[in-house]
Amino acid sequence: MSPARALLAKDLRAELRARQSVPAMALFSVTAFVIFHFGLDRATIEGDLASGVLWVTVLLAALLGINRLFVAEEEEGGFDGFLLAPVDRTAMLVAKAAALLLYLLLVELVAIPAFALLLLGPGLGQALPELLAVVLLVDVGIAAVGTLVAALAVHARARELLVPLLALPLLLPVLIGAARATTPLLLATGAEPVPGRWLGVLGLYDMVFGLLAYALFDFLLED
Amino acid sequence: MAEAAPATEAVELDGLARRHGERVALADVSLRLGTGRTLVVLGPNGAGKSTLLRVLATLLRPHAGTARVLGRALPAEGWAVRGRIGLLGHEPLLYRELTGRENLRFHARLHGVGEERIGTLLAAVGMEHRADEPVRTLSRGMVQRLAVCRAVLHEPELLLLDEPTAHLDPAARELAEPLIGPAAGRTRVIASHDPAGDLGQADVVLGLKAGRPALLAPARDADPAAVAALYR
Amino acid sequence: MYGRGLRPLSIATVLALIGAFSLVFFYAPNDADQGFVQKIFYVHVPMAIVALGGFVFGAIMAIQHLRTGDRRYDMRSYVAIHLSIILGLGVLVTGSIWARASWGHWWVWDEPTLVSFLIVFLLFSCYQPLRFSIEDPERQARYASVFAITAGAFVPLNFLAVRLAQAYTHPRVLGTTGGDMPGSMRVTFLLSLVAMALLFTTLGKYEMASKHAGQQLRALRARLAAQATAR
Repeated sequence: MSPARALLAKDLRAELRARQSVPAMALFSVTAFVIFHFGLDRATIEGDLASGVLWVTVLLAALLGINRLFVAEEEEGGFDGFLLAPVDRTAMLVAKAAALLLYLLLVELVAIPAFALLLLGPGLGQALPELLAVVLLVDVGIAAVGTLVAALAVHARARELLVPLLALPLLLPVLIGAARATTPLLLATGAEPVPGRWLGVLGLYDMVFGLLAYALFDFLLED
Repeated sequence: MAEAAPATEAVELDGLARRHGERVALADVSLRLGTGRTLVVLGPNGAGKSTLLRVLATLLRPHAGTARVLGRALPAEGWAVRGRIGLLGHEPLLYRELTGRENLRFHARLHGVGEERIGTLLAAVGMEHRADEPVRTLSRGMVQRLAVCRAVLHEPELLLLDEPTAHLDPAARELAEPLIGPAAGRTRVIASHDPAGDLGQADVVLGLKAGRPALLAPARDADPAAVAALYR
Repeated sequence: MYGRGLRPLSIATVLALIGAFSLVFFYAPNDADQGFVQKIFYVHVPMAIVALGGFVFGAIMAIQHLRTGDRRYDMRSYVAIHLSIILGLGVLVTGSIWARASWGHWWVWDEPTLVSFLIVFLLFSCYQPLRFSIEDPERQARYASVFAITAGAFVPLNFLAVRLAQAYTHPRVLGTTGGDMPGSMRVTFLLSLVAMALLFTTLGKYEMASKHAGQQLRALRARLAAQATAR
C-alpha cells in the first residue's frame, strides 16, 4: 500500500472514529444559511446574491476543516512518526489534501441541498452538472492551498487565528471565480451557461497552487 | 574509545554541532560506536541527550561537523537509513483515536514491512488483549509497551532509546528486555537519567553537559566521580 | 558589511527626493479634470510600484533562502517585505485620498489595481504575525520563506482574477490623461519613481545593517556566556 494511501486511510479512520471535522463543517454550513436568512431578511435569493452566499459559506466552512487538518500529527507525534519512515515527504501533502478534498465534497453533499431548500429561489435541476464541475475545481483549489496553510499554521502559537488570516486572502481568486461562475446558474430567469473564462481562472489557480504546494511542502517538514 | 573497531561502524560523529536559535544544543561531539555495541548517554536535563538522539534519527540535521549513521552521511543520505533506525522517544508516536493494532499496522505500511510480526510483538509485551482498544483509553505504561513494539516492528539495525523504561513497571520492563535490551543484538544508543542502572549494559559512555562532551570512555574505564560531576 | 556605501546612498536618496518634490510642485502641469490633487499620483503610483517590487524581491530572497539555507537571504526577505507593508499602507492611504478628491468616496471598488493591492496588502500583513508566532528560530525562517513564496506567486493570479471581475464596470477612475503622458509629467514621474526606489533601498540597508549588528552582538554574548560556564 503506498504511503499516501496508508496516511489517507489512517486519517479517514480517525475521522470516522472521532467525527470531528465533517459534521462540524456541515452543521456550520446549514447554520450559516439560517444566519444569512435573518441577516439579509430574505426568504429566497437568486443570481449573484445566491452565488455569493453559497460560496462564502463553503469557504468559511472549509476553514474549520483546515484548522484541524494537521492537529493530530502535531499533538500525537505523527510528524515524527512519518519523518522516521523511508517514504517520500510529499506523500503527506497528497494524503492530507485528498482528505480535505473528500471532507469538502461530503460537506457540499449536505450543504448544497440545504441551500436549495432553505434559501435558493430557482431550482437547481438543470444547473446541477455545471455546478458540480465548478464545485470540483473549487474544492481542488481549496484543498491545495488549505493544506499548505494548515501546515504553515500548525506549529504557530495562535493557530486557529492564523488560519483564516492566511487562507482567506489566498483563496480570494477561488471565491471570485466560483461566485462569478455560479451566478448564471442560479438566475431566477433560468440557468444560463457558465462563462468559460471563470473555469479557466479556477483551473489556472488549481494548477499554480497545486504545483507550488508540491514544491514547497518538503521545506515545511524538514528540520 | 571503543576497542578494536569492527569493519563498519554503526555511528561515527566528528565535531557534531547543533544550535537552537542562538543557544548551543550540541557542540564538538565526536565518537565511534561499533555495530552491536551499546552507547549510554548521560547528563542532566537540557544537556542535549534528546537532541543527539534526534540527530542520529535523521529528524534534525547537523549544523556543523559530520555524522555518519550505518555507513551513510547525514543529512545528505538520511533517506537511505531511515527505515533501518528505530526511535523510542519521549512521545509514544501513537495516534490516540486508533487502536494499538491499527497503529502498528499503519507503521508497518509506512515502513513497507509485513504485518505478520504485529501479533507476535503484541503478545511479547503482554498487550494482545488490549490491542483493539483506542490508545486514548490505555494507561501510560501500556502506551509505552505499544511504543516499544512500534520502535522494533521494522527490525531496525540501530535502536535509539530515550529513557526507554521511564513509564514501565518492573514486570513490563522484563517483557521489553528481549526487544530493546542487550539480548536484542542491535546497536543501541540509550539516553539515560539513571547512571547506576544503565551503566551496566553500556560498552561506551558519553557524558554531556550543556551540549558539550564532558566524558567519553569505554564503560569499564568510566570514572564514577566524573559521572557524578555531570549532575552537579 | 551592510554599512558600506550607506552614506552615498543616503545622500543620493535625499537629493532625489528633493528633486522629485520640486518637479512635482513647480514643474509638472496641473491636471485639467482633477486639479492639484492629481499630483498625489506622483506619490501613489511610485509607492505602489516599489511596494510590489519589494514583495516580489522578498519572495525571490525567500526562494534563495530555501535553496541555500543561508540566513542572510531570510533577513533580506524579511526586511523587504516589512518595508513594503509600510509602503503598502501608504499606497492605500494615498489611493483613498485620491479617490475621495476625484470621485467623492473614500474607497472605490472599481479601480482593480487598488483592489488587488488591498488584497495583496492584507495577505502580506500576515507575514509578521506568522513569523512571530513560531518559536523555533530555524523553523520560523523556513516557514516565513514558504509563505513569502506563496504570497509572491499569488500576486499575479490575484491581479488577474480581480481585473476580470471588474471587466465590465466603470473605466479607470484613477487614471491620468489616458495612456499618453506629456513629457513634463513623464520626467516628474520617473524621478519620483527613482526617488521612491532609492528611499526603499536606503531604508532597507539601514535596517539590515542594524539587524546584522544586533545578531553579531547576540552571538558574541552567547559565546562569552558559554566560555564563562565552561570554565
